[in-house]
Amino acid sequence: MKNAIEVKDLSFTYEGYGDSPDVTALRDVSFTVPEGSFTAILGHNGSGKSTLASILCMLEEPGSGEVIIYGKRMTGEDVTDEDIFEARRRVGMVFQNPDNQIVATVVEEDVAFGCENLGIPSAEIRKRVDAALDTVGMRKYARHSPHKLSGGQKQRVAIAGVIAMKRDCIIFDESTAMLDPLGRRDVMETIEKLNHEDGVTVILITHYMEEASRADKIIVLDGGRVLTEGTPAEVFSDPEKLWEASLDVPQSTELLYRMKKAGYDVRLDIFDAEGCAAEISRAIEKRRGKRV
Amino acid sequence: MSEIVLKDVNYIYNKGTPYEVHALRDINLTLGGGIIGIIGHTGSGKSTLVQLLNGLAKPSSGKVLFDGEDLWEKPERVRAARFRAGLVMQYPEYQLFASTVYEDIAFGPRNMGLSADEVDRRVRLAAEFAKVSPDVMERSPFDLSGGQKRRVALAGVIAMNPEFLVLDEPAAGLDPGSRRFILGGIKEYRKKSGNSVIIVSHSMEDMASYCDRIIVMANGRVIMDGSCAEVFSRSLELIGLGLDVPQVTHIASALRECGIDIGRDVYTVGYAAEKLDSFCKKA
Amino acid sequence: MDVAFGQYCEGDSLLHRLDPRAKLIISILYIVVIFLAKNVFAFAAVTVATLAMIFISRIPKVIIAGGLKPILFIAMFTAVFNIFFFKGETLLVDVWIIKIYLEGLINAGLIVLRIVLLLISTSLLLTYTTTPIALTDGLEQLLSPLAKIGIPIHDFSMMMTIALRFIPTLIEETDKIMNAQKARGADFSSGSIIKRVRALIPIIIPLFVSAFRRASDLATAMECRCYTGGKGRTRMNVLHASPRDFVFTFCVICLGAGVILINIYAPGYSVSM
Repeated sequence: MKNAIEVKDLSFTYEGYGDSPDVTALRDVSFTVPEGSFTAILGHNGSGKSTLASILCMLEEPGSGEVIIYGKRMTGEDVTDEDIFEARRRVGMVFQNPDNQIVATVVEEDVAFGCENLGIPSAEIRKRVDAALDTVGMRKYARHSPHKLSGGQKQRVAIAGVIAMKRDCIIFDESTAMLDPLGRRDVMETIEKLNHEDGVTVILITHYMEEASRADKIIVLDGGRVLTEGTPAEVFSDPEKLWEASLDVPQSTELLYRMKKAGYDVRLDIFDAEGCAAEISRAIEKRRGKRV
Repeated sequence: MSEIVLKDVNYIYNKGTPYEVHALRDINLTLGGGIIGIIGHTGSGKSTLVQLLNGLAKPSSGKVLFDGEDLWEKPERVRAARFRAGLVMQYPEYQLFASTVYEDIAFGPRNMGLSADEVDRRVRLAAEFAKVSPDVMERSPFDLSGGQKRRVALAGVIAMNPEFLVLDEPAAGLDPGSRRFILGGIKEYRKKSGNSVIIVSHSMEDMASYCDRIIVMANGRVIMDGSCAEVFSRSLELIGLGLDVPQVTHIASALRECGIDIGRDVYTVGYAAEKLDSFCKKA
Repeated sequence: MDVAFGQYCEGDSLLHRLDPRAKLIISILYIVVIFLAKNVFAFAAVTVATLAMIFISRIPKVIIAGGLKPILFIAMFTAVFNIFFFKGETLLVDVWIIKIYLEGLINAGLIVLRIVLLLISTSLLLTYTTTPIALTDGLEQLLSPLAKIGIPIHDFSMMMTIALRFIPTLIEETDKIMNAQKARGADFSSGSIIKRVRALIPIIIPLFVSAFRRASDLATAMECRCYTGGKGRTRMNVLHASPRDFVFTFCVICLGAGVILINIYAPGYSVSM
């Protein structure tokens, strides 16, 4: 499978101003994101995840290391403005604060904004905007003012703006952090739909473990380094490590982990309530069986 | 211990216009003691409810009684209520303004007209409660990290030593570790100061772990009011309201269907593990 | 809470559907016509035309009446000034030093009417039936010839759009910050002027900090969406002038001609000022 994004030995340092010291945000970070995959990036506040996102969107220049986007190396002296424009055309970003990324005063105008920047003909923009609003389920709000929408609805408008540009990869930089549970559920459903049905490569930066558990792969950042990396099952199998990194595991995993510590023979890689209950009841049966 | 009583309270926004919203309907509540959690959707009326407690909003009808005294009967009581029910709004770090952390925390106590010595004492005590380290006191609040800013803002309200500390989504946007840190700090504050705490939040997991009593709101009404065990044992109703219950509550009900009944009042992982353990020993 | 006054009102009337460029031109013409009106009859003609416009727009009368509130004071002041200080021929009241003339009364009436007509017609055309974004678009395209001589029309219009987008957000934010500081005992309504100005510091500083943060966030978001200025940009909604735009403009020109004729051939009580 081809990679959408490859990152090799990436480091980044914010230069301190005045008396404040330099801050190293990323140290030797390496990972790959295959096309069409769903990758979650976990990490506490200040672990470097937002810095990573801005480097992937060409907003910051990496200090050292390589970033390859759709086969094109984006680091080094010979990167032109056209290359950056092309990378931005393929990799889009949805930010944390829904209010601060909406440009226009009408929903559909905002969705059209990116396409207009790309110089797409009017009729084609119209088609794409309508389709994008359908995808995120916001078509009936097309003529509304974004100001009056809920946080979750605003985020879906922002997502529509990104998909109208036909991006191959979308980075969600804590896009669910400021939403209420309903808004979060809607946005997560939209993200999964984009990934499953339209084959969009998704990179989801989040604090919510249950969101990360739905990804194909999780990368955990801690102090600017990759602490651990793998499928949700692999990553969540070591709760102690995540707790230490100021993170958490889904409650199902935590309960199974406690059972395991109490001597039960259970797997830890189960994230849904029914599966977790089945696993516990199986382990209890087994122990009873032994006793008899 | 102080007590806030809401009596037949209604609140209507934009009354008499086409944009009228009936935000609160016939609310009757007695608040005081322990950590009280208020949960509900955006638009359920919980934020309006919170603003009634310190007189930021005036009920359209009904009474807000602070230790038996009607808040809106005398204008000076409204101002006093600001200090008696200290409100920490959502994302409070966006309200920091002073040139130093110390000055910002001192804003509330100074508005109360306290002496310089008393202000100083309160600021230091509040900083300790909110886990603001003494060596940042002379720094600009704008230079701090997000989590630190949040704690400075929290200290700014604690410094007024309110009989009620009211927090709207105190852990919003924080990572799990910082959530535990700030909520743990609030619990400790409750224990040491003896003041009542009211937390408004969406997070069932947090509420289950930190609250003694939970009030569930929907469409401007109080739907449930009771201990965590009482409220979460009605998980089906909560789900019906579109609210989430902690995942472990789901697991407990799934276990019940597998023939392992560990009770309906399971809402924290620790308690579930305990119950499972005793279930196995019994069996 | 003044939700509706002075804001766009959703609708599908003829006035709503006019091209914003046409509406801008018509507004200017209409202002000229109002100032051309010199006597009672001419004013009557313009008033009828304005009432017709209200009828066509189907904007609720309550909203239009509410929109007049801000000028109430100015209108009253002008009226009083004219009634008491205008010298005419027909003396109506003469008590102590107060002299009121019939001409003064009429003059006051007409001037107040002029202010009211100005406000109603421009707000009907430009705010109640036109979204701010359409207006900005219209303005941008009307002024686009100026871009050729190096005036950054696109940049101005982008700034306008963003300002319009963020005004309600910042108003809401101000409200939140005020509440937060009130919750810490801030008092904005008592004390000397200096005290009151000082009391604003805890509001203004967080508001500025937040506005800068939003501006920087938005700039980043725009960059991510491939914004590189006006060059090479297309638009989803391209404005097309239709026959009704020309017909409407023509009607207003006719009204202007009519007003001039009435001024000349039907002299009545003339307004001065």
